[in-house]
Amino acid sequence: MLDGDKNIARQRWMGILARASAVEIAKLLSGLGDLPDYHIIKRPETGTLMVEGRAGGAGQRFNVGEATMTRCVIRLTDGRMGFSYALGRDRVKAEHSAVIDALLQSENSTSEMLQSGIDALERSQAEARDLASRKAAATKVNFFTLVRGDG
Amino acid sequence: MYVAVKGGEAAILATHDLVAEDRRGDVSIPEISVEQIREQMQLSVARVMNEGSLYDEDLGALALKQTQGDMIEAAFLMRAYRTTLPRFGSSVPVDTATMAIRRRISATYKDLPGGQVLGPTYDYTHRLFDFALMANGEKAPPAMAADYALDAAMPRVPDILGDEGLMEVEAPPEHDPRPFDLTRDPVEFPAGRDVRLQTLSRGDEGFLLGLAYSVQRGFGGNHPFAGEIRMGEVTVSFVPEELGFAIELGDITLTECQMVNQFTGSIEQPPQFTRGYGVAFGHAERKAMSMAIIDRSLKAREFGEATEYPAQQEEFVLYHCDNVEASGFVEHLKLPHYVDFQGELELLRKIRREQEERLAERKEAAE
Repeated sequence: MLDGDKNIARQRWMGILARASAVEIAKLLSGLGDLPDYHIIKRPETGTLMVEGRAGGAGQRFNVGEATMTRCVIRLTDGRMGFSYALGRDRVKAEHSAVIDALLQSENSTSEMLQSGIDALERSQAEARDLASRKAAATKVNFFTLVRGDG
Repeated sequence: MYVAVKGGEAAILATHDLVAEDRRGDVSIPEISVEQIREQMQLSVARVMNEGSLYDEDLGALALKQTQGDMIEAAFLMRAYRTTLPRFGSSVPVDTATMAIRRRISATYKDLPGGQVLGPTYDYTHRLFDFALMANGEKAPPAMAADYALDAAMPRVPDILGDEGLMEVEAPPEHDPRPFDLTRDPVEFPAGRDVRLQTLSRGDEGFLLGLAYSVQRGFGGNHPFAGEIRMGEVTVSFVPEELGFAIELGDITLTECQMVNQFTGSIEQPPQFTRGYGVAFGHAERKAMSMAIIDRSLKAREFGEATEYPAQQEEFVLYHCDNVEASGFVEHLKLPHYVDFQGELELLRKIRREQEERLAERKEAAE
């Protein structure tokens, strides 16, 4: 894989991990049996992120307000580094996510297993979004018949 | 002048215990959990996150629990907490055009691309008590779902008219500069749009609502239309230095309001519609709408309009809309001012004495 492709793949799983719950991530890791050995490079740490918006949605940048976020960096014994960044204050999730990020970077049976777990998380996140969108769609106004949705 | 007062330690410790007992209320009633507040008092949590200027639903709920639901005290807790945390950086500006919409309405266009989506709202309720909620009975039936999802991206309504040149353009200034941050630098006047919008977005909902109402009632020159209100989830992305590429950190709920206002034009500008923008954490429509009206009224200077009303005067609005600062100053009056007051008391006695002496002298002279 080219570096760019690797980054795209990594962006995808990091986004999925960031949205997953601590329970889901712990479950993903526990599927591996014993955790691999790793060193903590940066302890899970909670800080803030300034959320920026744009005036009118597309104009001048401005600061809307901060959000809590937690990050963690680990290194596996083979030298691969794992990073995690997510909104919220969950330090256990941050550490687990960083381990998963490191493991996913190699191509072996472990990463394949994790990858299928990531795919499943992505599907369930997409399903939740789709359901919320369809519930909103049920409240879409039809000015001609004044009937709500299809129900 | 404040005076250090000693001797109140025991009383203060006792008040901590008493307020904890007061907060708990009748112990025969089950204690409320932070999770319950987060899930069932979401609009209160949103307000605390906005005025505390920190997005964290769990902390917003905890703040409400700890303060017995006192919104401003809860916002104060959020502000105090954030000062203990390191700042990791700034997000990529959120893109509200790709919001996962749960509500989106326009009062200016009936048929607009993507449609009018009412979403979860009290707008069409009758404002009658639902005593079933008091009886703790019924489980809410699951909401109906359509067999199709909404469009993945919906145009922001003012951008539709923008194509005709009838709408004030909202474009980034040259080089798309980093925004001012009032948590790090003092506000100066005249204030830039970025300063105004950041201040308003953490401003008190009630204060901004009252000011927005004053604009509508004639204490300001604007006649706003709700061009669009949308609420839903936006993705928050961040570029960590160590990685050098953007990653998604998750989603936050935002409410955005685009107000459209008349503008008769000036020598340089032909008549066009002008814009006011509001955005808020969580589902907070009243806040976003009020903010959008005030954002527009504070553009008076840029449009060469007279600034004769409070809502048009940026120093007045920006210095007074922060409820944590405002309550700090108003409520500091509760602290001991014994020496100040003794000084005033002495002065008043002296003036009275002198006046009485003068009157007595004059009386003597007259006799």
